[in-house]
Amino acid sequence: MTTAALSPVTLSKAASFEAQAVKTSARRNRLLSLPALIIIGIFGVLPLIIICVYSFLAAAPYGGVQWQFSTDAYLNFLFQRDIFDDTLQFTPDFLIIYLRSFLFAVVTTIVCLLLGFPTAYFMATRPPAQRNWWVLLITIPFWSNLLVRTLAIMFIIRDEGLINNALLALGVIDKPITMLYTNFAIQLGLLYAFLPFMVLPLYSSLEKLDFRLIEAAYDLYATRQKVLWRVIIPLSKPGIIAGCLLVFIPALGAYVTPLILGGGVHLMIGDLIAQQFGSGRNWPLGCAQALILMAAVLVALYFYVRNTSGKVQHG
Amino acid sequence: MAEPRAIDIKDQPGFRSIAVICVLVLYVPVLILMIFSLNSGSLVTHWEGVTLGWYGSALLNEEFHSAARNTLIISVTATIVSTICATLAAIGMTRVKPWRGIAAAFMIINLPLMVPEIITAVATLSFFALIAGTFGLNFGIGNLVLAHTVFCIPFAYMPIRARLEDMDLTLEYAAADLYATPWNAFKRITLPLLVPGIMSGAALAFIVSFDDFTITQLVAGPGQTTLPLYIWNQIRRPMTPEINAISTILLLVSILFVSVSFLIARRRAK
Repeated sequence: MTTAALSPVTLSKAASFEAQAVKTSARRNRLLSLPALIIIGIFGVLPLIIICVYSFLAAAPYGGVQWQFSTDAYLNFLFQRDIFDDTLQFTPDFLIIYLRSFLFAVVTTIVCLLLGFPTAYFMATRPPAQRNWWVLLITIPFWSNLLVRTLAIMFIIRDEGLINNALLALGVIDKPITMLYTNFAIQLGLLYAFLPFMVLPLYSSLEKLDFRLIEAAYDLYATRQKVLWRVIIPLSKPGIIAGCLLVFIPALGAYVTPLILGGGVHLMIGDLIAQQFGSGRNWPLGCAQALILMAAVLVALYFYVRNTSGKVQHG
Repeated sequence: MAEPRAIDIKDQPGFRSIAVICVLVLYVPVLILMIFSLNSGSLVTHWEGVTLGWYGSALLNEEFHSAARNTLIISVTATIVSTICATLAAIGMTRVKPWRGIAAAFMIINLPLMVPEIITAVATLSFFALIAGTFGLNFGIGNLVLAHTVFCIPFAYMPIRARLEDMDLTLEYAAADLYATPWNAFKRITLPLLVPGIMSGAALAFIVSFDDFTITQLVAGPGQTTLPLYIWNQIRRPMTPEINAISTILLLVSILFVSVSFLIARRRAK
């Protein structure tokens, strides 16, 4: 071996060269990542810090903020100051909107899971050539314009929409059923918007399923149902969690769906926040509301990390 | 299999019907919207006959032109900038010796994906209002370009990183063995192999920018109407199938770019 012939001096020299190379490559790699990090840092992270600061300032009368420390934004979230005797009164209006949004998001997640799991499983069990087409079919709505897709739902459920026209023509009803601008409309719109977000992560997890395990379960006299509940579902847990998160987070912060299908009557958190920056003219309150939403998202992410890390993944 | 089975082990009862229903539910409303763009009547819900007239009136509309121009300026610039940044970052962060801070860097790149859009929207609005108020800085439509670039970077980054992770390292070693300088090895081996990932990433960045409504609506100043904002303005007026025609155009652009990105990504998997 040549190594044996090398003197310790040469070896240490080589090592220092190598260390030098690693160091320069680390510097090079850091430099390469810098443009992306600077852009996101300045125009993505810094704005988040700014709204943290803004949430502790006083509102300026015509929008914007006054540089004056105040916890009013957080107080206003739960209380309203009485105009006459200046006492705080518990006003749960905002809290109710948060709870409503939470409920919408939970129902959306559950229904998407109930529909999405069988769909993803069916896709994953197709022959490979067919599988690609199924994935493309789900991928297209995943990336299609949400505003336009929501508009499509609006056209169908309007008073003069397709459903009402059809029911009227069939004589089932004699005046249109009001569906637009109701909670039902928002719920339907959320389901429609986020179903693909559930199917795709579930699919990528089910695609890797080892079907020998299912065969083994059948060999051990498991029924079809048992195979589903005791083998397939536990094995696809990472996909289920990822899918639920991908639906829950955007559904909780949904803005377009309630804006168009709720008609400004039935608000969700997203519209409430936007309102403070528009007609509400209370930026600090909007910032506080945004941060409270962010906190909810972080809790969801925390559960995701806790449930997925430190476990041996199958496959 | 040793013996024929009475049952298909992969099958679960009812799953096929649910899958078919899901696809129908996803496509029927959009298809109806598209079909009504061909309606010769002036109502968005009452069918009267076939015409392409609404596409004509949409395409001749001056407001549509300016919205399309704004959208293209923003999307194309944001796509180019974000794809370049994402490519560099992916090269600096994938298959490398972990450098100090790489975990934090990874988090920062993925941050725009984790923050709900409405929060990004109001944060960006506050940021631009602050620099306009404090330094008198206003980049005009550049504000929107910057806001879009931020959330385009992670979308461009993902496929590029995936491509890098799949790439055969031995090819680069071979190049190095044949006395290629690192730069030459990169230019002649790594970059050509990376092109499909970059294209796929650029296509995704373009779609998310082209389709964005929430952030654009809050950050856009007067006269910065993009196509999604233009549709939103139309919704609030008495609607004609012209809105269906514009919506259809938007959907077709998305479908085109998704399919391109998808097919490029699939070819690699073959």
